[in-house]
Amino acid sequence: MNKLKILFNGILKENPTFVLVLGMCPTLGVTTSAFNGFGMGVATTFVLLMSNALISLLKNFIPDKVRIPAFIVVIATFVSIVDLLIQGFVPALGESLGLFIPLIVVNCIVLGRAEAFASKNTVFDSMLDGIGMGLGFTLSLTVIGAIREILSSGSIFGYTFLPASANILVFVLAPGAFFVLGFVMAFIRHLQKSNEH
Amino acid sequence: MSKKESTLTNMIVSLALIAVLAAAALAGVYLLTKDSIDNVQAQKKQSALNAVLPGFDGSIVPVPTTVPGDKDPVTVNVAVTKDNTLFGAAVETYTNKAFGGTFTLMVGFDVNGNILGTEVIKASETPGLGDKINKNKSNFAEQFVNMNPSASNFDLKVKKDGGEVDAITAATISSRAYCDAVNRAAMAFQGVKEIALPKVLPNLKIESNNAPVEIEAEEKGADNE
Amino acid sequence: MEYVLMIIACVFVNNIVLSQFLGICPFLGVSNKLSTALGMGVAVIFVMTLATLVTSLIHVYVLVPTGLQFLQTIAFILIIAALVQMVEIILKKMSPPLYQALGIFLPLITTNCAVLGVAISVTQKFDIAAGSYMLDSLVYTVASALGFAVAILIFAGMREQLELSRVPKAMQGVPIALVTAGILAMAFMGFANLV
Repeated sequence: MNKLKILFNGILKENPTFVLVLGMCPTLGVTTSAFNGFGMGVATTFVLLMSNALISLLKNFIPDKVRIPAFIVVIATFVSIVDLLIQGFVPALGESLGLFIPLIVVNCIVLGRAEAFASKNTVFDSMLDGIGMGLGFTLSLTVIGAIREILSSGSIFGYTFLPASANILVFVLAPGAFFVLGFVMAFIRHLQKSNEH
Repeated sequence: MSKKESTLTNMIVSLALIAVLAAAALAGVYLLTKDSIDNVQAQKKQSALNAVLPGFDGSIVPVPTTVPGDKDPVTVNVAVTKDNTLFGAAVETYTNKAFGGTFTLMVGFDVNGNILGTEVIKASETPGLGDKINKNKSNFAEQFVNMNPSASNFDLKVKKDGGEVDAITAATISSRAYCDAVNRAAMAFQGVKEIALPKVLPNLKIESNNAPVEIEAEEKGADNE
Repeated sequence: MEYVLMIIACVFVNNIVLSQFLGICPFLGVSNKLSTALGMGVAVIFVMTLATLVTSLIHVYVLVPTGLQFLQTIAFILIIAALVQMVEIILKKMSPPLYQALGIFLPLITTNCAVLGVAISVTQKFDIAAGSYMLDSLVYTVASALGFAVAILIFAGMREQLELSRVPKAMQGVPIALVTAGILAMAFMGFANLV
């Protein structure tokens, strides 16, 4: 399989958020600003990369019947490591992501890739797959975060460029998360449909 | 290397090995980051303390106390100057009435109970709305400075409830919670000053005067260890 | 009285799905029909209560006394996964009709982040020193699970109606479901001043 194809698979064709509809909780929960979405994406990418690599390395060592618990332990370990690193070195990010960092464990993307890809492919390919999926996830979260930030506080990555009178508060609240994700997803489907014709 | 069979021994050995390795790796990272995490917490408290006690240079005596009717205690950090006079206190207070559950505040008082400053230590209010209680996001917190909740000159309630505090637009709950926390701090300080302090620090000089306290910004940030 | 307020706050004001975004996957995935939504809701109440009961015990009597709180995530997820498996086996043996009703939802619950999310947030929300830790966390958990059930039931009712209406092609399926959930979340915001 073409290496570049593996890498780009996760970014476009099988984008975890918009196409596979996985990992919805962090997608809705932390995207109040572009920076938060980006931070969550990077944390998830790290976990994906490391767990994919290690699981691929261990795939012959782990008996089939206990592979799921073994995968969960590996993933949970890397998630805890990320959690500790963020708390220690980027406390501001840790505060805004909060509960959603430990919840990377139950993000279906991570376990899904471990089961569907890493347990069947070579270490290098699995790492590429992890990076690709991670980048796709990061990209989607940053886009949603950016849209919500622009609409709700007229700024992007903290740089304000619209007056306060143009802010639409609802987009930073819970309903706004659902609306933005719904419409972005519809837009992407529309693009895909028109590409096919 | 061929795939391991799913025999009982193989399953137990491989799972146990992975679990032990995972625990070891985690313990390592935990030890590496522990100092840094503790530092972050301590620094946050220290900088909040410095911010709400401007111009203070002396020692801090923490006195835990519980306001009547409450379940959880608050910490009154009594500020004593070098010549053993009561400067005031920085009260680490909290509220359960916030939108995102609990939040923690540091409130500084001078010896007469006038508020010197307030600082958010930990809050998870809605971004864009309730998080305006933070100083760098709006000037909501400034209206508390120089007010005295224990005297009658300031009714510490949002205007909607008949008080004098201007609530943040569209974030009445967070504003109410802020008032609740500041009130709790004021009551705790008053209680500690009248009841606990004579016991804990019997030699302390308490000079209550009604002259306004001089607040000089030049000594801000001096370390008070 | 305190607990009544806590229950109202968890079910309506801080609903775990509509304002805390926990358990979105089953909320979107198993809400096509009212009957399946009911099954999922009941299964979540059952598993979440049991899971938090066990994880709270582990937290109070094992992790905190030994200072091993950094193992919390890994310990909790393993407990929840094992617990779900056990419940499945026990139900299969003891009560086949109940297993038939709830069985297919149980494996899905392991990856339901609401269960792990509530188990972790309980340890952050309540203080062991306060004394009523176990009772507080149990009431909070049951109320949160109830909030999940209420949200998914209302949502399933809306989606059954939605089947009858014409939706633009690009919006069909998940996008329109998300927008509907957004409107529902907006309605729940009306409870904000209740407590």
